[in-house]
Amino acid sequence: MSIATLFTALMTTGGLIFFIAGSVGMLRFPDQHSRLHAMTKADNLGLGMIVLGAMAQAGGPLVVFKLALIWILAVAASAVTAQTIARATLPGQADPEA
Amino acid sequence: MTGAIFDIVLCLLILAVALAAILGRDLFGSVVFFIVYGLLVALAWTRLGAVDVALAEAAIGAGLTGVLLVGAVARLRRGGVVEPTPPRPLARGAQMGICVLAAGLVGAAIAGLDPDAAGLTATVAQNLEASGVGNPVTAVLLNFRGYDTLLETVVLLVVLIGVWSLAEDRYWGGRPGLRQHAKPGGVLATYGRFLPPLGLLAGVYVVWAGTDQPGGAFQGGTILAAVWLLVAMAGLVDAPPVTARRLRLTIVAGPALFLAVAVAGIFMGGFLHLPPEHAKQLIQTIEAGLALSIAATLALLVAGPPQRGAR
Amino acid sequence: MSGWLLAAAVVLLATAAAALVRVARGPDAADRMMGAQLVGTTGVAVVILLAAHEGNWAMLDVALVLSLLAAFASVAFVKAASRDGQGDPEEDP
Repeated sequence: MSIATLFTALMTTGGLIFFIAGSVGMLRFPDQHSRLHAMTKADNLGLGMIVLGAMAQAGGPLVVFKLALIWILAVAASAVTAQTIARATLPGQADPEA
Repeated sequence: MTGAIFDIVLCLLILAVALAAILGRDLFGSVVFFIVYGLLVALAWTRLGAVDVALAEAAIGAGLTGVLLVGAVARLRRGGVVEPTPPRPLARGAQMGICVLAAGLVGAAIAGLDPDAAGLTATVAQNLEASGVGNPVTAVLLNFRGYDTLLETVVLLVVLIGVWSLAEDRYWGGRPGLRQHAKPGGVLATYGRFLPPLGLLAGVYVVWAGTDQPGGAFQGGTILAAVWLLVAMAGLVDAPPVTARRLRLTIVAGPALFLAVAVAGIFMGGFLHLPPEHAKQLIQTIEAGLALSIAATLALLVAGPPQRGAR
Repeated sequence: MSGWLLAAAVVLLATAAAALVRVARGPDAADRMMGAQLVGTTGVAVVILLAAHEGNWAMLDVALVLSLLAAFASVAFVKAASRDGQGDPEEDP
């Protein structure tokens, strides 16, 4: 087994663990703000590790660049979502059902 | 084996999500399931190797439609509609009948296909050289079946005219939708500044890559539209008045360019004939123009009819 | 290796199915939106694994589009939830 293969196996396994943790948190955590935590933190660490794992299999620099870009965009999206949903669901906010 | 498990799990998920979207009692829940449905269908197209379709589904199904439907639900709620009134039994029966009929026809069509037939794949592959491009999907869309695409771009234009014609008289000539705003320097506004450079890069790249790899004007244009919409939602730009000359030019540029090339083809062998030695440049020019027009048209479709004055 | 990547994608689909339970249950609109957001990121990861599995890196463009548009529905949602429907929850006192 080559080092790249071993690295990919380790990273994707780590990523899976974070994704599983994210989904379990999404289901089991008692309130919205805890669930938000489960979604954004675990999820993007998970995606980051899968991106790193895929980079070890990549065919060239363009693919590595694209993978990095995908992760950066996902992290930015998740940060924006977490912050704004957290605000929108604070008690006393305008009706979040609207 | 693993491949089969993946396919079965994905198919079951798609069916479950589709049912949840249709049968759900909560309007917003149905919309969210519909967004997830678009995402899962994009995964299915990716798995099938149809990356061109997956790109379009990801941009339209998981992106633009989501914004449109979430906005629609919010608007209904503000108008006092929490749940739409259920249709009367007769109407409901008719709807179900039509759905069953349509599903049956599609099913019959699929069952009637020869599973071993390759369709026109071989013919396209044989003539790919003459099309000027390396992506067979682009070759079909812009060369072999060019007039389908030409008509589709005109259809988009007609749809936009339809949406605009919903404007109230007093707002005609005004700006689409309501003025969006966000806290200056806040999270949304920062995201609205962070995304455009990367979004433009991705949009232009997808249009450019379309000649030889999956991608093209429609997918790239949708990305550009979505990026513009996000910047507008972040309160950083406002939609131009619908009568603005530059806006009108952008909207018709793509179809007009396409039509001009098609007419010029008459002198070189026939309407829409692209001479093989210039086909690549012509297709790239048309794609660039179409991407601009499609981006502007889709963004304006989501923004809606004019709802306020020009200033 | 390639079999492992596809198996990992199957596990990811299962976690997405679990997150969908949150979308179905709610109870609030924000819970449903968060569930969809999690499924969206999971979808990006699935596409990356599929691309690595098949060695078809053109598939990455799908992941790129998905992550580029990942926040769109959520942004539309929080804007709709703001006071006048066109604002931003950070503006409201």
